[in-house]
Amino acid sequence: MEAVFSNFDEYLKAFGVTLGLFVVSGIGSLVLGLFLASLRVGPVAIMRRAAALYVIIFRNTPLLMIFIFMAAAMPKLGYNFKWVEDIEIAGWSVSAFFVRSTLALTLYTSAFVCEAFRSGVNSVDLGQAEAARAVGLTFAQSMRYVVLPQALRAVVPPLTSVQVALIKNTSVAAAFGMAEATATMRAFTNNNADERIQIFLLFALGYIILVEIVALSSYVLERKWKVA
Amino acid sequence: MSGNVLFDAPGPRTIARHRVYTVLTLLALAGIIGFFAWRLQVTGQLEYEKWEVFLTPSYVEVILQGLLDTLQMAFGAIVLAIVFGLVFGIGKVSEHAWLRWPSWVVVEFFRAVPVLMLMIFSFYLFAIGNGPLSPMWCVIIALTCYNGAVLAEVFRAGINAVPRGQVEAAYALGMRKTQVMVQIQLPQAVKIMLPALISQCIVALKDTSLGAYILAPGLTYVYDQISQEFKNQVPAALVIASIYIVVNLLLTALATWAQKRYVGEKAAPLEVAATGFDDGRGTL
Amino acid sequence: MRPRPTLRRFTAAAAAAVLATSITACGNAGNDDSETRDVDVAENAADEFEDGTRMKELAEDGKITIGVKYDQPGLGFKGATDDMPRGFDPEIGKILAGSLGIAPEDITWKETISDNREPFLQEGEVDLVIATYSITDERRQVVGQAGPYYVTGQQLLVRSDNDEINGVEDIKGSEVCSVTGSTSLDNVKKEGAKPRGFDTYSECVDQVLDGTVDAMTTDGTILLGYAAEQPDDLKVVGEPFSEELYGIGYSKDRPEMCQWINDTLTQAFEDGSWEEAFDVTLGESGVDAPEKPELQSCDA
Repeated sequence: MEAVFSNFDEYLKAFGVTLGLFVVSGIGSLVLGLFLASLRVGPVAIMRRAAALYVIIFRNTPLLMIFIFMAAAMPKLGYNFKWVEDIEIAGWSVSAFFVRSTLALTLYTSAFVCEAFRSGVNSVDLGQAEAARAVGLTFAQSMRYVVLPQALRAVVPPLTSVQVALIKNTSVAAAFGMAEATATMRAFTNNNADERIQIFLLFALGYIILVEIVALSSYVLERKWKVA
Repeated sequence: MSGNVLFDAPGPRTIARHRVYTVLTLLALAGIIGFFAWRLQVTGQLEYEKWEVFLTPSYVEVILQGLLDTLQMAFGAIVLAIVFGLVFGIGKVSEHAWLRWPSWVVVEFFRAVPVLMLMIFSFYLFAIGNGPLSPMWCVIIALTCYNGAVLAEVFRAGINAVPRGQVEAAYALGMRKTQVMVQIQLPQAVKIMLPALISQCIVALKDTSLGAYILAPGLTYVYDQISQEFKNQVPAALVIASIYIVVNLLLTALATWAQKRYVGEKAAPLEVAATGFDDGRGTL
Repeated sequence: MRPRPTLRRFTAAAAAAVLATSITACGNAGNDDSETRDVDVAENAADEFEDGTRMKELAEDGKITIGVKYDQPGLGFKGATDDMPRGFDPEIGKILAGSLGIAPEDITWKETISDNREPFLQEGEVDLVIATYSITDERRQVVGQAGPYYVTGQQLLVRSDNDEINGVEDIKGSEVCSVTGSTSLDNVKKEGAKPRGFDTYSECVDQVLDGTVDAMTTDGTILLGYAAEQPDDLKVVGEPFSEELYGIGYSKDRPEMCQWINDTLTQAFEDGSWEEAFDVTLGESGVDAPEKPELQSCDA
């Protein structure tokens, strides 16, 4: 306990990095996942197949292997993402490690986001769309007014699971140059071997708080979007 | 929902437009594949000596051993996780608050903590200090806790999915609580949960790769060994990832088969609460 | 592997392995030339030790278990299909075993990692630990440590074409990698470098080679092992900024082993086998063997 509380800024900083990884790859995976999902439910066969292939590949590969691709294999192909460190926007710049980690997390997570969206669209009853078409709405209109609002509600629970998993998956970045929570926990436990259990519990608590925040906001959202 | 309800039958102009999309998609795919092939070629990743190790019998044996270790850890963890899940899943639906609340705490805790952290911690606890357990067991313990917590939630939902009327009917016949659970609720719950169970196997299988972090054997550990010895990170990562994908696809096929065989095409989906699921597979 | 000059010979086992794999004519990757230096194996060694000592027991059994690292080239490395680990630490192990009349092929090797060296010794899983095992007061509370057989210190590994980092004074603001959570990483953080933690040393070396990080840091010997593997691409720079004395771990219940280890090391220093062990392992990149360390007295 003592070890963590006397270095509490390190603890907060570590979870700051975890949060940063989560937010950036969370947004990235939502965008890419939504794009993939729109290919998957769209009318063009080859696009459906391409998106399906993407999902198959990234859903069945361990996240650690994707990290290895980004950190060990890509540099061998000539891309170490070092160039991003030269970009500075309003005094902010990111490290190559951050970019690799968020890329790996985004590629992995968007496969699950895609599936969540697709299952959301599929959960809308067929009759709803038929009815919309029957009253003369166009494709765009029936999507906009009938299918998507319902799909969105259905998509909140599985999307929350995906994002909660993402929070926990950021821990894999510990072995790839990011001083996030799990890496920092290791540093703490190495220096204070006799306090391992307390240190572990404190870091676990940090993750639990992050997870509960996401789960709670999803719950609020779900309630808000519920049909009256 | 099948797509075609949403669209009119495509007219000539739409068909033409779809053809353009098809060609563009094909071009993009060919571009991506071509680009990688080109990079592989110019950076010398396609040289035989970088791939030779995967044709060498003694190393193929090592890879197969790694696969075996991975499968052993995954199945070991799943078997124990089912026990863990049963205990705490039933605990969560118990009528006694003193059983319900601790079960709830245990399940929520293990669902919210990263598996990697659980592994590191069980490694600290069991592999060093208090008498050595092998790292492999630490992986199994960590995966049991995590997957067990997820399965507890699946079991709870499965038990609740059994129609209430059946339970009442069983009570009316004079069965006791345990009898109702063992003879009426669980058999049906297990049937409903089977696909979710198998897909949890895939999650466990993928998570065994994190064991490399604590020196447990398995495919990812083999990747570390081979890539370190031959400096062939790209080919090694491609080969090992492919093995994971193939094994997982086989498991998925098994899940689909089991779903059809035991649950039927249109099973009522299991509702499982938001937290937890490692990759949001939901319930398959 | 490139062909290596004389001095060493193919062992019969390696030759047989080459023969066997060439028959299958499929792939033939791997390290076939597992040459080693000749090891002196004492004859009738058991007679030299007093009854009741651990050395006597080991010599009479003709077996010994030694814990070494498996993932550090040059120091202790075992490829996925190798029978025996290679490196400076195993060579020292062979010298010690040889003095008990135990031939290299009768040694049982066990992989030890930094975290489990003490438990292994305490629970008798291994007889000796020779695994980049720095002598510290804390460790000496629970296990015995004889030696040192090698003195090293934290240094920096950079790409050969890096002229900017020549020592620890140059790392302020640059990115330096090591194993996640290690003391070495803490030390460079204090010097103002950006620490980057990785799972293994070899991944860290890759980052140096790819230019993603500027340097890698840990004990000089470990760095030297990687530099020896790729002498054209990597170099070790700077004076050590810590002192690590590598000792040989033994069980605290067997204090008599200390004097035997020190005597054997003294002899190895004198007859040149210590230097030879260095030359065929860490010295491959052309680095000369360092000064022989001064042994610590066993009475202390």
